[in-house]
Amino acid sequence: MTPPQRQRRSPGQPSAPLPASGPAKEGENRNPERLFVIGGDEAGERADIDLVTLIVARAEPPVSATPEQAAVLRLCVAPLSAAELSAYLSLPFSVLTVLLTDLLAKELVQARAPIVRQKVADRNLLEAVMHGLQKL
Amino acid sequence: MDFKSSDTIPGPRTEDRLPHTAEAAVKIVIVGGFGVGKTTMVGSVSEIRPLTTEETMTQAGIGVDDNYGSASKTATTVAMDFGRISITDELVLYLFGTPGQERFWFLWNGLFEGALGAVVLVDTRRLEVSFDVMGRLEERGVPFVVAVNSFPDAPRYPIAELRTALDLSEEIPILDCDVRRRASSRDVLLTLMRFLHSLAMKGALT
Repeated sequence: MTPPQRQRRSPGQPSAPLPASGPAKEGENRNPERLFVIGGDEAGERADIDLVTLIVARAEPPVSATPEQAAVLRLCVAPLSAAELSAYLSLPFSVLTVLLTDLLAKELVQARAPIVRQKVADRNLLEAVMHGLQKL
Repeated sequence: MDFKSSDTIPGPRTEDRLPHTAEAAVKIVIVGGFGVGKTTMVGSVSEIRPLTTEETMTQAGIGVDDNYGSASKTATTVAMDFGRISITDELVLYLFGTPGQERFWFLWNGLFEGALGAVVLVDTRRLEVSFDVMGRLEERGVPFVVAVNSFPDAPRYPIAELRTALDLSEEIPILDCDVRRRASSRDVLLTLMRFLHSLAMKGALT
């Protein structure tokens, strides 16, 4: 039996269109109003927050903090990735981003940027990751 | 639908907290067809119980931002499971995989752009479901390795035959694995890191 045959693509090649989606099963019951409320001013600027940006609280929750803000500050007493925050708070990632943008503006949290892929990767970084994996 | 009181939100267990010295994180994405074992792989190497984050995306593909205030009939929720491996006291590695809808991952801003690389998990019973994902990685210039999750009743092809079928150049590693086993999943990740390292060496020479 021969396997099916693929054809490789090259960088910059136009992408195939996304498939038409069926009904949004998981999204159907989502209440857009709630997203809007937590997100606040949806037209506002968002901080550049990656899934693996590490967030650390800089202060105790102030009295004026909303429950969502207070929750973030309590969770981030130790560094926590934005993805983990989104998971623990059960908030869609973009909603969390809005929340964090606000907390960053108020200087209540600090964001530690991730190390992203470079055209030529940092070999020391790759070696560190390899050594870490070898300990598993 | 009230937001849970912040006192009741379960956070990381004390032993799952990162040290304050954690300065930066890197990520690797595990991609492949539905049911191929991505979540199992994340779980087998993660130091924390895998967590799930989700994003609401619009059909138009413009991004994630445009649909919140209006009727969300075309919104799709994409869920991603992820795990974590502490590399040093300063550096943390995150692994992202998802149970399905992989085409929509490519609308997830920044998921692939910043990733060090990707693992494409394939099931030889349904090799063709991974074709599109590989193509999209190639278009974006995301380096990847191919890991064949060995299901007992799946056809076994020699690596050379798979390489031809997948139209992959000689340099791209293809390896067998059993994602239920930590050591096997770790070896896949190590193979990816060695591959990235070899690309970095080449990049430094040119």
